[in-house]
Amino acid sequence: MIKYILKRLIYAIPILIGVNLLTFTLFFVVNSPEEVARLHLGNKRVTQEQIISWNEERGYNNPLFYNTNEKGLNAFKETIFYEKSFKLFLFEFGLSDSGRDIKYDIKQRMWPSLAIALPSLLVGLFINITFALFFVYFRSTKVDYIGVIFCVALMSISSLFYIIGGQYLISKLMHLVPISGYAHGYEAIKFLVLPVIISVLYGIGSGTRWYRSLFLEEIEKDYVKTAKSKGLSESAVLFNHVFKNALIPILTGIVVILPLLFLGSLIVESFFGIPGLGSYTIDAIQSQDFAIVRAMVFLGTILYISGLILTDISYTLVDPRVRLK
Amino acid sequence: MLRFIKYTFLISILTLGGCSEKPLNSPYGSNDKSSKVFYSSFQERPKHLDPARSYSSNEYAFIAQIYEPLYQYHYLKKPYELIPLTAREMPELHYFDKDFKNTKDKNKAVYTKYILKIKKGILYQNHPAFFKINEDYIYHEISEIDLENINTLKDFKDDETRELTSDDYIYQIKRLADYKNHSPISGVMQDYILGFGEYKNKLQNLQFSNSKEKINFVRSYNIKGVRKIDKYTFSIILKKQYPQFIYWLAMPFFSPMPWEADLFYSQQGLQKKNITLNWFPVGTGPFKLTENNPNLRMILEYNKNFRGEIYPSLEDKIINKKLVSFNNSKEVPFLDKAIYSLEKEQIPRWNKFLQGYYDNSGIASDNYDQAVSLNNSGDISLNKELEDKGIHLTTATSASTYYIGFNMLDTVIGGHSERSRFLRQAISIAIDYDEYISIFTNGRGIVAQSPLPPGIFGYQDGKNNFNKTIFELQSGKIIKKNIDQAKKLLTKAGYDNGIDSQTGKPLILYFEATGAGADTYAFLNWLRKQFKKINIQLVTRVTDYNRFQEKMISGTGQIFQWGWNADYPDPENFLFLLYSKNGKVKYGGENASNYESQEFDELFLKMKNMRNSSQRGKIIKNILEIIQKDSPWIWGFHPKSFSLSHKWVENVESNLMANNTLKYKRINDEIRYKSINLWNKANFTLLYILFFIISIFIFSVILMIRKKDKEKVYD
Repeated sequence: MIKYILKRLIYAIPILIGVNLLTFTLFFVVNSPEEVARLHLGNKRVTQEQIISWNEERGYNNPLFYNTNEKGLNAFKETIFYEKSFKLFLFEFGLSDSGRDIKYDIKQRMWPSLAIALPSLLVGLFINITFALFFVYFRSTKVDYIGVIFCVALMSISSLFYIIGGQYLISKLMHLVPISGYAHGYEAIKFLVLPVIISVLYGIGSGTRWYRSLFLEEIEKDYVKTAKSKGLSESAVLFNHVFKNALIPILTGIVVILPLLFLGSLIVESFFGIPGLGSYTIDAIQSQDFAIVRAMVFLGTILYISGLILTDISYTLVDPRVRLK
Repeated sequence: MLRFIKYTFLISILTLGGCSEKPLNSPYGSNDKSSKVFYSSFQERPKHLDPARSYSSNEYAFIAQIYEPLYQYHYLKKPYELIPLTAREMPELHYFDKDFKNTKDKNKAVYTKYILKIKKGILYQNHPAFFKINEDYIYHEISEIDLENINTLKDFKDDETRELTSDDYIYQIKRLADYKNHSPISGVMQDYILGFGEYKNKLQNLQFSNSKEKINFVRSYNIKGVRKIDKYTFSIILKKQYPQFIYWLAMPFFSPMPWEADLFYSQQGLQKKNITLNWFPVGTGPFKLTENNPNLRMILEYNKNFRGEIYPSLEDKIINKKLVSFNNSKEVPFLDKAIYSLEKEQIPRWNKFLQGYYDNSGIASDNYDQAVSLNNSGDISLNKELEDKGIHLTTATSASTYYIGFNMLDTVIGGHSERSRFLRQAISIAIDYDEYISIFTNGRGIVAQSPLPPGIFGYQDGKNNFNKTIFELQSGKIIKKNIDQAKKLLTKAGYDNGIDSQTGKPLILYFEATGAGADTYAFLNWLRKQFKKINIQLVTRVTDYNRFQEKMISGTGQIFQWGWNADYPDPENFLFLLYSKNGKVKYGGENASNYESQEFDELFLKMKNMRNSSQRGKIIKNILEIIQKDSPWIWGFHPKSFSLSHKWVENVESNLMANNTLKYKRINDEIRYKSINLWNKANFTLLYILFFIISIFIFSVILMIRKKDKEKVYD
């Protein structure tokens, strides 16, 4: 297994390089550093001198890939690519274009993101699986058809509707929780109730349908017929046999997204004023702080790759038939 | 059962909310208990809190409460008037001729010397940078080990204060010259302060091994035009006459900066923890920043070292350069704390204001109809819901202008030929800014006659003085010239009915735009229709901000929209936008339309150095006539700002030039407490209904499963 993991990690390197090159091209070739400097220095009284010194301070005055003024390894090291892109591999995210330490900000902001994402995942999982089992139990009946229509309806509504509707109903009309905001420590819970409810509600349609299809696939298998022929009740078959076997794709599906939970949700965090990594990325995009965007894209890629590796490992844990080579 | 649900919910939320007496939906924690607290929000994270660099209103909202320049705007007086802040009196001016000999004849004067005296006994907020034992600054060289437990300024155990001296102002002026601080006004100051440019170049060419060495150099260097006279007095020499310089002295750029703070924050270890001067200001003002989490909230708290200041009165007068105050009973600030929460989205921001959790709010266009309406007499008034809550509306016209500019370097629309001038004039008449204001700003603006907004000397109000190129007097009323007159001008320009007489082809013009939102497209559609009125085809080219800037710098754009927010209330600060030496393409300045007129330039230079007088008024009138005739801009509009505040907020005045107004605000907490509790009573009815539905659902599911299981067994 260790050999397999090492192999996967080596495979991940070209993917990371590819993503890095792509973001580098987008941020430095499409948008010149001078344009970025102009944006950061504002609209009023910006002089060419200021733009030059802003770029110098951030090392944007260096050549992109190869520095002809330097010799040896320095010709590669004294370049924008090495400073801004290659160093990401060493987890040196550097300073944002507004001068803040990115690594420090990421460490601070990943916890609020996780505080929403984790309960949303767990509660959502419980509700979605419950609904899915219920609809499977009543498969091909009116209950099932109504359930599917209900799920499709939920899926068709924009997430913004859930957010604005939830804020209006629960915070504005019922006055039960704050509309938006965040606090550290246990006081955070009252701010998390509404975003978690909304995240769960938004995911019910797609989640239920996904799990329903997994259970339906399982229920058609021969061992289910055997169990039924033994005289087991429908609920016993569903909970003791189908549910357990369908857990394999469910668990592996969850494991793949676990690392990504740290990255947060772009819209939910923005609307609820949660200072997580989702809103961090959105802010960075809006203010064209490409140092942050690059770091977040890189981090996202790493987390996604680690999610995939974890999925493979989890296969071996839940299904003894799977062997990693 | 219902009681059970209610109490279960209440107990859980109260436990989570720290058992406070606040309503369940209160967004504030149990620690926010002080009564003299001002609650507000900010939409965008401030980028810089360093006074050398900060140049936008959302940054001034914080730093102007902390840093104190020498002068400030009188809170109540209009037209705007400067009064001393940390200065003992208004500056003493001495004039010198080209040989640096004292002269009283201003016409001969080349150099102007400002003697600036500061008040004694002003103290900085307590700060670790000032803490020393036996003359040694303890926190100026923090070791890696000591840094381990430090994540914010509050983690430093010791702090101290020190008295404000003239050195601190001088040090800040030197910081403005330091290219590493990227001060936006360094270029302007280089043009005026004697020796500033020389110092700037010297600093740029020097290499320092560490921050301490650099700061020691900065402290010891004497800029020719900036001299310390004594501990509380210093002078600034300008190499040109520039009466508007005093306005700069009232801006945060000229706030004092203690060198100790600069050295303290320059430590690498602190920078890695984002503890920098850009994020943690050190000032002498009424407030200090105690929490800086721009991703969540910013908290300003009363600075206990603040010397105190008297609340202004309209009776206040400057006698012999000194401010004589007539309001001796009220000492500012009235608040202990101000909490600003980050609120990026408009819906939660507005709802929290209505719930009473924010003390003030602007009015976004989406909430406009909900907030205000036009009454029968055409006046703007608050809607009933807001009026019932006792909300106040304050309106003021901003010292800003938004315009559509023509690129004067363009071969079709630019230049000084009659053909292009008639074309620009025709377009200016065709575009109906009254309609624009009504559609896109909900009526919050006034049509501009010239670049000068209301409140600025020389402003044309469109009643007694108006733009004769666009408007005309008809039966005692000033009205816009009709579209036929625009068409006639177009014919005179050689574009009869929009057809170019030289080529026989329809005239096509290009408008450069940024932004891709629904509002942008609505505006562009509207603009196309305006041009269509005189049969000109307008092609709109939407691009991103970077490309737009590129076009403006290279002068390849043809027509564009731009705006300007005043730095200070003087006509020079608007008319310089059309001065040829500020041309964007040639000089990288703020004259985005690249307008050049010798006549204008001569009058502008004459007017620039004058104080407001009837003579200056006449020159401004002439200047306006020239630019109105040449029409390098479609004059656009001056926006009106509408702000709302709750009934418990006192001393709310509209002063758009003053930024340090938090100290004047007062809160009646008793009214706030009662109102918020009344407006935010928890409503459990829907919760009961929801619980009832869920219970029935679960019960039915259980029944259905049981029934189905039995069916299967007996089948």
